[in-house]
Formats: sequence, structure tokens, C-alpha cells
Amino acid sequence: MTRQGAAWLFVGPALAVIGVFFFLPVLAALALSFTDFDIYALADLANLRVVGLRNYVELLQRSEFWNALGNTLYFVVAGIPISIGASLGMALLLHSRFTRFKPFFRTALFAPVVTTLVASAVVWRYLFNTRYGWLNYALGSLGLPAIDWLGNPHFSMPAIIIFAVWKNFGYNMIILLAGLQAIPEELYEAARIDGASIGRQFLYITLPMLWPMLSMVAILTVAGYFQLFAEPYVMTQGGPLQSTVSVLYLMYDEGFKWWNLGSASSVAFVLFLLMFAVTAVQLRFARAGGAR
Amino acid sequence: MTVVRFWAMGREGEVVTSLIPDFERTHPGVKIQVQDLPWSAAHEKLLTAFAGNSTPDVCQLGNTWVPEFVALHALEALDAKLGSSPAIDRPDYFAGIWDTNIIDGALYGIPWYVDTRLLFYRRDLLAQAGFDAPPRSWSEWQRMLAAIKARSGSDRFGVLLPLNEFEPLLVLALQQPEPLLADDGRKGNFESAGFRRTLAFYVDMFRRGFAPPLTNADVSNVWNEFARGYFSFYITGPWNIGEFKRRLPAELQQSWMTAPLPGPDGPGASIAGGSSLVIFSASRVKDAAWQWIEYLSQPDVQRRFHELTGDLPPRRATWSEPGLADDVYARAFRDQLERVKPAPKVPEWERIATELRLVAERTVHGDLTVDQAAAELDAHADRILEKRRWILSRRTSP
Repeated sequence: MTRQGAAWLFVGPALAVIGVFFFLPVLAALALSFTDFDIYALADLANLRVVGLRNYVELLQRSEFWNALGNTLYFVVAGIPISIGASLGMALLLHSRFTRFKPFFRTALFAPVVTTLVASAVVWRYLFNTRYGWLNYALGSLGLPAIDWLGNPHFSMPAIIIFAVWKNFGYNMIILLAGLQAIPEELYEAARIDGASIGRQFLYITLPMLWPMLSMVAILTVAGYFQLFAEPYVMTQGGPLQSTVSVLYLMYDEGFKWWNLGSASSVAFVLFLLMFAVTAVQLRFARAGGAR
Repeated sequence: MTVVRFWAMGREGEVVTSLIPDFERTHPGVKIQVQDLPWSAAHEKLLTAFAGNSTPDVCQLGNTWVPEFVALHALEALDAKLGSSPAIDRPDYFAGIWDTNIIDGALYGIPWYVDTRLLFYRRDLLAQAGFDAPPRSWSEWQRMLAAIKARSGSDRFGVLLPLNEFEPLLVLALQQPEPLLADDGRKGNFESAGFRRTLAFYVDMFRRGFAPPLTNADVSNVWNEFARGYFSFYITGPWNIGEFKRRLPAELQQSWMTAPLPGPDGPGASIAGGSSLVIFSASRVKDAAWQWIEYLSQPDVQRRFHELTGDLPPRRATWSEPGLADDVYARAFRDQLERVKPAPKVPEWERIATELRLVAERTVHGDLTVDQAAAELDAHADRILEKRRWILSRRTSP
């Protein structure tokens, strides 16, 4: 057997699994997005029509879609800096020479990532409760008025962001911590001898050395945050006043509430194109930053 | 041993288990297996079950979902079974409720309990405004609302019509003679004179300050606000009888009452809501399933079910059983049930109702005039019904 044949033999099973369980469904969904598959078609396939791009055209004309897109962008634009900032801050604290009980804090801060989302969402709903929640209790002790976190459309998305950041920052924190630990100590020593302050050390050593890690973390987080669904589904069911309906939530409603699988698939592909474009821009930024 | 798989939702699914032992005693050889679904997930679960060929034998189905499952050919027509069944006495059922289960002339469900909307009101505030009986017509109601508004000032209101609910507007629209969808559910009929009259009446209540332009999310606790006199009338359903008894303070318990809905000219119609019992066509134990439906439809079983849930029974016979007959708050419902109408019986109705709510909210906020809103609703409805038109046109001309 040639080397190439052996290679195919080894990757074959994995490729077959990816093909059957990933590429095939994606292609089927793409095909579905050009049809008007709905409950009538579910009853009888003769009721299926190929409609070309109509699902896409209609989607772009729907105010619900733009509302959902706005909510998703709000979540992405506000949530990602906070999330990565929290991850980086915690990683720096964990890496610091002055921190004690490191293994304990590392585990404790990573714990939210491995808890089930639904269970922690239930706990957070108690924390967000207007009258009995600890969050409002804390606000009250600072002399601030109580906030109806999950009932007021202005605060529902911030509440979702707080919850999502708490749930996710530990994962990136571990990646960034590994990155910090890989930075050679000599660089800092040299900088200290040259009289660089802590801030300058961070700007000129830590950040550039961490740049590949940070770009990867940013790309993964953006991809994850665009797919916001479970948090609003469990916490607010999209309300109040549609303020937490994300694009994926819209797709879920369209597909599994109304069973318009054709137009639901078109939502999925519009989201895919959007994420693809954003990630492409990010990759260019990451390369430019790396080359600097 | 025949096992009948029965799916029920929410509270009904919890309490129905206590009705099973009696049934199984009188029907040896039949066993009922209940699965309780939360309402929020029921619709998805049923459609998924249909797609996966795992539907139950009998199911509680919200009666606005019946047309959808009939379109899927998922339900068994029950006309033959009804014909040979003395236990289910069709004329004893309220006509509007029975009608929700008839699609294209065939019967697909037996009403289990009914739900409708009518007025809950403050007798004391109405008396202070100079009226000793609830309104019977829109014009009477408007006079009362104006008098209440004049007495109470700008921070209190006559009626609460939450903008996140389509039901208050829908029940007022059902009172008009014109149907909401025209041409056998092929097109919207919102530009009819009747609907525009209803929408104008509805919007007018906000414009004149009789109703606050709020959603339920803005009114943190309806019962507290009702007790405080923030509003005097509230259009809501039978479950609130229990809530009002429980949540209103003791000194107010003599001051509230229910009343049938006022109509454009005299007592008006309301919505025929509630749940039906249906048999899925994939079931292999349809006879046993039908026995279970017959059992649940007996007046004395329905009375026990009412005691357990507070749900209103769909048969007149059950209403003369002790308990319900002496309930002063239920009396208005008994009266209203003689005048209930189904929502349009098309699978797309829930989507259209969602549009109805959104457009009504924009009209109340002044973004649209009544005529613009009616035109926009027709446009939305026609777009949503496009597939239905295509299917119906194919059925008639193959």
C-alpha cells in the first residue's frame, strides 16, 4: 500500500462521519432553504414548492429579522469585550506572583463553564429577581433603585450579557493563562532592568506575546456569541417586547414553532454568511497584528 | 391489556391522573398512560411526534391547533364514532365550542373544557360613577368609561387592555357579523366595515384615555392594580376567578364581579377557546381511546374535573350540577358561552393573530391610522395564507 493510500485509510472513517453528520445535513439545509417546506409539506411532499431565493428576500424584508439581528449585534458588540476583558483580567490575576491558592481559584473560576446552562440559568433568574434577587439587594445597599432585570426591555439584554459572560469567561481564561505561562520570564527581567513600569511591561511584552492567543480567543468567542440562543430561551423566552430574540432564536421559532423549515434554513444561512464575513475580517486583523 | 397513551398539558395533565382509577375500574382491560407536557413545549412536541411517527393515541389539543393537525392528516374523524355513542350528546354542548372541532364538515375533536374572555369589573367603582349594572353594549360601556375617567383623573383608567395580548381585540372583532378571513380562509378580511369599526372602537379607548397603552410587563401585578382601582374593567378568562378570589384583599371580595362582554348593539360574542380531546389517526387502539373520551365527557366526571382545575365544562348538563350552578362568578361565563365563536379555522391563524397584536400596538401608539392598519393586516394575512391558497386551488383543479 502506498503512503497516500494508508493516509486515506486513516482519515477515511473520520471523513465519512463528518460527511454524513455534518456536510450532508448542511447541504440538505441549504437545499431546504430554497423551498417552502412547512407543515403542509410535512403532511404530503407534493405540497413542497421550490421557491428559489424567495425565503431570503422575504427574510430581509421582515422587521422581526432586523430586530433579532440588532439584538444579536448588541449582544456580540457589548458582550465580547466584557467577556474577553474578564477572561484576560482573571488570567492576569491567576498568573500573578502575589496570588495565593491558585489551583483553588483556577477551578472555581472555571466551574461555571462546566455547569449545565439550564441549571445555572435558573439560579441566575433568582439572582435577577426584582424583589428578592441578590443583584438588586446589592444595588439597594448602594442606594440605587431596584431594576426589573428580566421584565424591562432595556435591562433584559444586559442581564443576558452578565449571565453569558459569567458562564463563558472561564474557558478563555484558561487559554489565556496558558498563553501567559508560555511567555519567557527573561523578557520581563530585561524590561525591569531597563526600568519599564508594570503597565509598559503589559503593553510591550504581555499583549504582543499573547496576540495569537487573543486573536484565536476573539474568533472563537465571536463565533460562539453570534449563536446566542440558550440563554434567552431559558431566561426570557425572547421577551420582554422581543428584546432578547436573537437571530438563532428567530430561526428556532420559525423552524420549530411554526414549522417553516424552509425559511428557518434561510435564517441559518444568512447567519452563516454574516459570521463568515466577520470572521474573515477578524482573521485579516489577526494576521496584520501578528506581522507587526 | 390495552394501553391508551394520553398526552395532556399543564395543570390538566397533572390532575387528570386522579380520574383514571374510576375509568380503569369500569373498563377492565384498558389502561391509561398519561404524559404531562408543559404548555410552552406542547406544540413543538406534538409536531415533532408527528414527524417522528410517535403520536399518542388520545391528546388534549388547544382547539385553535385542531385545523393545523387536520391539515397534517394526523387526526381521526370522529363522526362515525359519535353517531354510535349515546354518552356524548351533541346538542348539550355549547354550539360555538363544538364548532371549533369541525373542519370542512367533519368532526375531529370533542370539547373537554372551554375558555373564553369576558369582563371582570369593580362594582363599587362603577356604582360611584353612577351605574348599578355592567354594560350591555359598546355605547353603554363608553359612557361608563367616560364617567369613570372623569371621576378618577389622569392617573387612573377605566379598562386594562394589555398590548401584548391579541385576545381583547380579537373578541371585540369576533362580535362583528363579517368573518375575519374571507373566501374560506384564503384571504384577510380586515378591511371589512365590521373589523374597522372594532379597531376604531379599540383604539378610541386608548386615545380618550380610558385604557393605558401598556403591556402586562408594565403592570407588575394586575391584581394589586385592580385592587388599587388603577382600572375598573379587565377582559380576561376563567382562570382569573380563582386568582381574584385568592389575591384580592378580603375587603374587596364583595366589590368585584364578572359580566358578559358588551357588543356593538347589545350583548356581544366572545372567543370559543379551550381544549378538545382528539384521537390520532396513527393510533391502534381507537376504540379504547374513544371510551376514554366518552368517560371524560360524562357530566359527573366533568364536574369533578372542574373542581380539580377550575376549568369550565363544555356541556350545559354539567353546568346544572351543584357547585357550578351556585358559583356567582361563573354565571356570566355560563351566559357568555351561549354566544361564543371560533377563531378562524386555518392552520395559519396563530401567526395572523400575532400580526394582529403587533399592528394593533402600532395603531394605538399612533403610527398607523385605522384604515392603514386594516390594509396592512390584510397584506400580512394574504402573505401568510399564500400557501393555503395554492393548496386549495390545487385541490379543486387537479
